[in-house]
Amino acid sequence: MTDIQLVQLAIAILFLPLLGFTAVIFAGMKIKKAYLIEVSIIILAFLASVFLMVQKLVYFPDVNIVKEFTWVNLGNTPLLGPIQWDLGIIVDNLSVIMIFVVTLISMLVHLFSIVYMHGDKRYNRYFAYLGIFTFSMTGIVFTHNMLMMYIFWELVGLSSYLLIGFWFEKKSASDASKKAFIVNRIGDIGMFSGILILFATYKTFTFETIFNEIAKGHLPFGSELWLTITGLLIFAGAIGKSAQFPLHVWLPDAMEGPTPVSALIHAATMVAAGVYLVVRIFALLSADALMIIATIGAISAFIPATIALTQNDIKKVLAYSTVSQLGYMIMALGVGAFHFAFFHLITHAFFKACLFLGSGSVIHAMHHEQDIRNMGGLKKKLPVTYATFLMSTLAISGVPLTSGFLSKDGILAGTWAFAGLTGNYLFAAVGFLVAAMTAFYMFRLVILAFHGEPRNKEKYDHAHESPWLMAMPLVLLAGLSVFFWYTPNPIDGGKGWFVSKWINEPTLVAPNKYEFFKEKEVSQISEANVVEHSAKSNANHEVMFSETYTEAMHHAHYPAMILSLIVAGIGIFFSFFIYQWKKADPEKIANKIKPLYNLSYNKWYFDEIYDATFVKGTLLLSSALAWIDAKIIDGIVDGSADVTRAISRFSGKFDSVVVDGLVNFMAYLSGFIGLIFRRFQTGKVQTYVVLVVFSLVIILFLLK
Amino acid sequence: MITIGLTHYLIISSILFSLGLFGIITRKNAIMVLMGVELILNAANINFIAFGKYNNYNHGQLYALFVIVLAAAEAAIALAIVLNIYKNFSTVNVDEIDTLKD
Amino acid sequence: MNFPYLSLLTFLPIVGMVLILFLPKTQSVVVKSITLVVTGLQVILAGFMLSSYNYALGGINDPNSFQFIEKFRWIEISNFSWLGTIKIDYFLGIDGLSVPMVLLTSIITFIATLASWKIDKQVKGYFALFLLLDTGMMGVFVALDFFLFYIFWELMLLPMYFLIGIWGGKRREYAAIKFFLYTLLGSVFMLLVMIGLYFSVQEILPDGSRVFTFNLLAMMDKANFIDGGILAPMSSLRMIAYIALFIGFAIKIPMFPFHTWLPDAHVEAPTAISVILAGVLLKMGTYGILRICYPIFPEITHQLGWYIALFGMINIIYGALCAMAQKDFKKLIAYSSVSHMGFVMLGMASMNTAGISGAILQMFNHGTITAMLFIIVGVIYDRAHTRGINDFGGLATQMPIYTGFVTLAFFAAIGLPGLSGFVSEAFVFLGAFNEAGIRVVTIISTLGILLGAGYMLWTLQRIFLGPLNEKWNQLKDLDLREYAMLVPLTIIIIFLGVYPSSMLNLMNSSVNAMVDFMAKAKILYGSVGGF
Repeated sequence: MTDIQLVQLAIAILFLPLLGFTAVIFAGMKIKKAYLIEVSIIILAFLASVFLMVQKLVYFPDVNIVKEFTWVNLGNTPLLGPIQWDLGIIVDNLSVIMIFVVTLISMLVHLFSIVYMHGDKRYNRYFAYLGIFTFSMTGIVFTHNMLMMYIFWELVGLSSYLLIGFWFEKKSASDASKKAFIVNRIGDIGMFSGILILFATYKTFTFETIFNEIAKGHLPFGSELWLTITGLLIFAGAIGKSAQFPLHVWLPDAMEGPTPVSALIHAATMVAAGVYLVVRIFALLSADALMIIATIGAISAFIPATIALTQNDIKKVLAYSTVSQLGYMIMALGVGAFHFAFFHLITHAFFKACLFLGSGSVIHAMHHEQDIRNMGGLKKKLPVTYATFLMSTLAISGVPLTSGFLSKDGILAGTWAFAGLTGNYLFAAVGFLVAAMTAFYMFRLVILAFHGEPRNKEKYDHAHESPWLMAMPLVLLAGLSVFFWYTPNPIDGGKGWFVSKWINEPTLVAPNKYEFFKEKEVSQISEANVVEHSAKSNANHEVMFSETYTEAMHHAHYPAMILSLIVAGIGIFFSFFIYQWKKADPEKIANKIKPLYNLSYNKWYFDEIYDATFVKGTLLLSSALAWIDAKIIDGIVDGSADVTRAISRFSGKFDSVVVDGLVNFMAYLSGFIGLIFRRFQTGKVQTYVVLVVFSLVIILFLLK
Repeated sequence: MITIGLTHYLIISSILFSLGLFGIITRKNAIMVLMGVELILNAANINFIAFGKYNNYNHGQLYALFVIVLAAAEAAIALAIVLNIYKNFSTVNVDEIDTLKD
Repeated sequence: MNFPYLSLLTFLPIVGMVLILFLPKTQSVVVKSITLVVTGLQVILAGFMLSSYNYALGGINDPNSFQFIEKFRWIEISNFSWLGTIKIDYFLGIDGLSVPMVLLTSIITFIATLASWKIDKQVKGYFALFLLLDTGMMGVFVALDFFLFYIFWELMLLPMYFLIGIWGGKRREYAAIKFFLYTLLGSVFMLLVMIGLYFSVQEILPDGSRVFTFNLLAMMDKANFIDGGILAPMSSLRMIAYIALFIGFAIKIPMFPFHTWLPDAHVEAPTAISVILAGVLLKMGTYGILRICYPIFPEITHQLGWYIALFGMINIIYGALCAMAQKDFKKLIAYSSVSHMGFVMLGMASMNTAGISGAILQMFNHGTITAMLFIIVGVIYDRAHTRGINDFGGLATQMPIYTGFVTLAFFAAIGLPGLSGFVSEAFVFLGAFNEAGIRVVTIISTLGILLGAGYMLWTLQRIFLGPLNEKWNQLKDLDLREYAMLVPLTIIIIFLGVYPSSMLNLMNSSVNAMVDFMAKAKILYGSVGGF
């Protein structure tokens, strides 16, 4: 296959799910089995993705195939020069791996949902929504362009909104969907502002062009500070979508959606989009930006981990674990462990999807029971679910021979190396602490749900293993949590094909970089295979991951691995100690550290704080403004009408009293005079005669 | 011996005029008012003739003749009016017929 | 002379009106059909016109690049005392600025006719006035002579007054009078400036004589101003005149703080009139600013650009916050219009191609999206006879297809990519952000995107989501007529969201001409002292 054909294949994969969405939305009104269109389309898309990945990784391992299309062209404009909006598709190693993950999990979730959602009254529409989600997510994966990223970013937000609120009859579900969209929009505003800065500076959205310009020293507003700010603004989008502190509050609520959706969107793929975004823009992030990103990642890894310790809802635990793991990845990116962040993104996608689908299987078996206090002993009833759940738990806890061990170990080594090179031990400390907590709460979950005696006998008795259509995805995903898919060496992911061969190193163009990233000469990539508008870099000097850092990571690897094994072991041990062997009463421990327990149990009161400040504040402001609008601004308008009317009343009075009064007075006066003279008018001829004679006499007398 | 002169005629006619006027003003009966009018006309006639005689101007008599004719006509019309007034108001008392006021 | 598209477009409704007036009162279906045919013909005519429209010609201040020009002497009085010759032209023509508006007017009027179908009170009068309104609106967008423009501007005012005042809701008289007086106030300002300009501008006729003129294009040429004319360049009165004219248009936009007539008018007006009011009438304000304020007073526009942006920002944020607090569905949409028209002002203030393209596109998109929103309100009001947001709940279960359209319209209004609102907002922001002077204002304005999502989704939740309010389990989903209104608008919204170039190319030359003109004028006029 030629590279052009690969791009065409990518476009086909992109639009297939949209086709599915449209078809199911329209056909779904009439045809009951319309969902099968969507399911077959997604299987097709998955097969295409596998083909694409294999083709790309085998035949074009070192080439980024880019194809750009002009969407809007305003031509050459007087003030701004050429304005052109391009949409770009990139087929590189990251995107093909990511598209494989997305379509695979999406397909499995489709299959899982056929059973899980069976009997829902909006069955077809559910699959349509899954279709539009897959479309949007595919768009994010293939984009090579900031604008297109934003477009699909928002579309993903839309599909997330639709799916979280799928059971909109529940108020909590519609609340959660609204919250998710709005919280995401906060991040999106930042991202959009970042895009504005980039467009104002470079007049393009294309990543490669922007990176090249920065490499040439062309910075936003000519300052490194602004480059940092731009990077952070775009990162704000990732904060929203990947549920990072302080915008993490929407993700746990998003569990109101159907569980397969949680697996697909709110664990494996969409929330990973934030990490994917940072991976894509990694080049332009300066050291200051990375430092802040790492800090946010660390906070987001730590706080949700503490919250997950005490939650009782099986999905809530997994949700907080997701936030925590995403924080891990972000932190890894922040300290420069680029490869392992992406690696962890992939491994996490599989085992977290497996965990969520497993929890879906449990919930399905228990007839929509989500509280782990009502479970227990399920391993006998749900052997397949248990096995796969345990496998994924081992992976997320970082037990050797699992994929999670490899990626987590790499991240920890990265933070360790970072600590060694910069003297900043904070991230390493958080990393190990969170690893211990993760192991603890995940095993707590497994033990409470699957081990011990059933605590709710009635529900337990009705529980049954899920049908093969639900079990198959679990097995597949659990299988993908084993090390050998990624590397032949079970204890060092860095040497495997996944990390060292498949993940291309990003070039670093930001002028302000970590000191351990050094410049080195890069040979030109052969132009033969590059499509027009090539993504090939023009710069001769490129900053790559330096030997120093790789070296440091290499040295940090074994100590970090041993330490991580120890902390994971401690976490698992305590979990068994408390919940399996019941050597300590969790209630007592909770009572001893009541304030801390409450803090954790109540999710650090984030929702309450946000509600009291931002939500209430905005509503208060809006009602205040509405009041001002109605009473003052409109009051002025109505007031001016009142004033006009008052004036008119006055002038009306003036008119009727003074002006008309004068007229009337004249009439009265003449009337009065007439009153006097009418006396003479007696109607008696004789009086007149007297008058005439009398007057005549006077006249004569006067004329004399 | 007092020669009769113009002055005497005039005095006579003034007296006649005054009597006529007095009659017009004071009488209640419309007929009597009409008679007053006749007196005044005759006073005028005396004047015409007297002035005509003493000024050697014969036209005075001519005018007097005219007046007599007119007076006759006037009396006829006036009497007809009075008759109609009587028909309408059942009275010839001029005090009561004050519709002219309106 | 070419086929008189513009005159036909403008006066076709009048023909329809005359026809209707000759019909007996009882023939209400015939009356409605005539209106539908006339407005339908208008759409077709606009389509034909578009097919022979030359995209390359700029227009704006160059009479030769206007298209479909119809120009002849309309009023001429020679040797009229000291004024000399009075002449007023019948001068119609369009460029890229007006083409989208003409299209919008024809489409929205057609859909509003459908929305009026259920009117049963004094049908004849309603549709006669409706068609008169149509003429007024179309005329405003095609007139190139200030006097003619003014006549059309006033012509549309009167039917609007009656349409709200007779066929409106409970407080219709209040709303109608408020609307009328407010707009009339603006017209007075406009009239004053118009007369001021008339006595400052002389046009050279083909025979070489110079006469005073109302020709808008002549007013845009600095050389045509007579020395010492009251509004000649360098005159300090120009600033005052500009502000007066601007306020005249701003009332129509409506710009904060002149916006309060809008919620009242919308709430009281019947659905179809709300659709026209929001879809077309509001655009006249911004169109007038672009057509008249900008090119005739370019130097002052540059001076006051920052304030235009500032008021745009206030509109965006303030409108959104006010919308959030509303309990009446229709009032909420009305305030959202205030917010969305703020984007238009922000885009105009940028005075570059991206911003002005965005502004005009936003005018068009807002016209279609808000029209759809008002139809949506009308649909639910027809059935439930209430518009209280909190009276509903769970309608998505009862009316799924309707809810689908609502969701689409709401997301279009909050600028979801793939739908038309996104493209125009993005262009507005890109353009505005490029101007260093208004950058801060632009960044604050992006908050509007967030607030928009806030109130729209909250409304969606309160009306359509949650458990079904049992009171409404009788409501029917859409009927054929409602499909006929919503589907075309949906298609336009999606089409322009996916392929915005179709509209952008239409106006591109004109926008570039405008930007070029404004940029050159900055040098040509120099800077003029303020007050």
